[in-house]
Amino acid sequence: MDIQALKDKSHWIWRETLKIHRACPESRIASSLSCIEILVALFYGGVLRYDPKKPLDEGRDRLIISKGHGSISYYPLLADLGFIDKSELDAPGSLGNKLKAIPDTLIEGYETINGSLGHGLGVGIGMALGLKAKGSDRKVYVLVGDGELNEGSVWEAVMLAGHHRLDNLCVIVDANGLCMLDWCRNIVDLQPVEAKFQAFGWQGERIDGHDEQAVIAALERFKAKPAGHAPCVVVAETIKGRGVPSLEGDSLCHIKSLKPEAVDALLSREGA
Amino acid sequence: MVIPTNIMRETMIMRLRERMAEDRRIYFVSADFGAMSLDGLREDFPDRFINVGIAEQNCINVATGLALEGFTVFAYGIAPFISMRPYEQIRINLSLLSQTRPLNVNILSVGAGVSYDVSGPTHHCLEDISVMRTLPHMRVFSPCDADCARQFIDFALEEGGPKYARLDGKAQPSIYGQRQADFGRGFDVLRRGAEVCIVSTGVMTHTALAVAERLEGRAGVIDAFMLDRLDEVALAAELRPYARICSLEEAFVGCGGLDSLISCVIERQNLPGRHARFGFQPGFNFDNGGRLHLHRCAGIDPDALVAALAHN
Repeated sequence: MDIQALKDKSHWIWRETLKIHRACPESRIASSLSCIEILVALFYGGVLRYDPKKPLDEGRDRLIISKGHGSISYYPLLADLGFIDKSELDAPGSLGNKLKAIPDTLIEGYETINGSLGHGLGVGIGMALGLKAKGSDRKVYVLVGDGELNEGSVWEAVMLAGHHRLDNLCVIVDANGLCMLDWCRNIVDLQPVEAKFQAFGWQGERIDGHDEQAVIAALERFKAKPAGHAPCVVVAETIKGRGVPSLEGDSLCHIKSLKPEAVDALLSREGA
Repeated sequence: MVIPTNIMRETMIMRLRERMAEDRRIYFVSADFGAMSLDGLREDFPDRFINVGIAEQNCINVATGLALEGFTVFAYGIAPFISMRPYEQIRINLSLLSQTRPLNVNILSVGAGVSYDVSGPTHHCLEDISVMRTLPHMRVFSPCDADCARQFIDFALEEGGPKYARLDGKAQPSIYGQRQADFGRGFDVLRRGAEVCIVSTGVMTHTALAVAERLEGRAGVIDAFMLDRLDEVALAAELRPYARICSLEEAFVGCGGLDSLISCVIERQNLPGRHARFGFQPGFNFDNGGRLHLHRCAGIDPDALVAALAHN
């Protein structure tokens, strides 16, 4: 998929994500908007191996979305690729629809249940060890938020993965800089995040998380590394609430919902 | 080095070592906790023994990831720490996830009750029966001896899902011997009596047998070892003749433990017996003095129980 096609896809997902939020205002819109290009890069940029008709196929690369609550933007992608039926996008949050404010494993394409934070990386280590034991060359990607890095369980996992040099494990940090109540730097300042990982034996790099090509390039560099190399962390700098002026830059945007008319105005203002 | 056959973790790990030799899909994940028998297992299977370090949350998470890749995992640690430190990992990744994904993870939890008597209340584990019983799909196993404990390994490899095995930290005399524990039934009648039936679990089954001996035929003893659910109808049939039913556990009472299980059976099966609950009243004990002293403080030592049960 060429650059423009990737950007068009991200844009379509942005619109669909807003529509999901309009139908299900309990969903976390701001943190779902910061990871769109990362997801697009993974699925449309040739990074992941997957089969929408066999979501748990042995040959898939594993993607754990550890910031589960902040990933309703994954729903339209799953519908577009055929993991779930497109009709699911019509009425998220309503009786009989499988899309909730917080995703779960009844939705094809989700490996584990998250939204409670700090679980994904440890589980990803178990998968990475299991894949190696099976002789599989499949990779494990774990998408975490930078606020999520406050959870101690994340660092138990970071230490272990570094020690075992899990070369098939890659963490992508959706570094939107915000927790629920404030900027991360005002709560627990972990910058530079990649240096913390590097201290535990990881390789790290920092990219623009809204640049699909930069995400693809970073993940391809991870894939191209030789056996026995360190696990990799890609710190993707993003903007929470991206594309929504009332959310961008607001330190409390995590807990803000958009009124239906505000969503309609956004969608009509920026054109079809 | 002779590995003792009267310590639960030792017989379990010895059996597991045999099964790991024939089945490459078994993993052992330890939160840096050991056993004499574990040294051999680590030597035999260095690739399938993982010490995650002193990190119980990660222990459960790594076990989950391996299980999702199709491996059967035994997660091993010290009872209060491997049960309650990673409780949310157990809730989300084992209890909840197992409702939508097949997984087989078995928590081997060493140091039940006040096994670590003189270590004090941080190392006492009087809550785990209650907190594990409240998790959907979690099987809760509480053996009274190393023979029954050993049999859990074959059961666990056969039956999927998350399980919690609550193991005494100290050597215990044999009760089961070669007798097969019926895991579907979940309890075993060790002795029948005329007036009162003591339903006990774990180490307290030894106390129950000593008490019944002194009550000379008046007390029966049932060892309950599957505490999430057991064959309620079969248990009710055993309990129906008794005028009094006494639950006995090295755990807090009134909090959802064995006493709760038994009172539910009494209620649902409309049993005539009056129920008395014996265990630790909620509260931490800071005393030195050993396990028998702690039992005396709680009124669950043999003398106190004989006195309590001798009269109507």
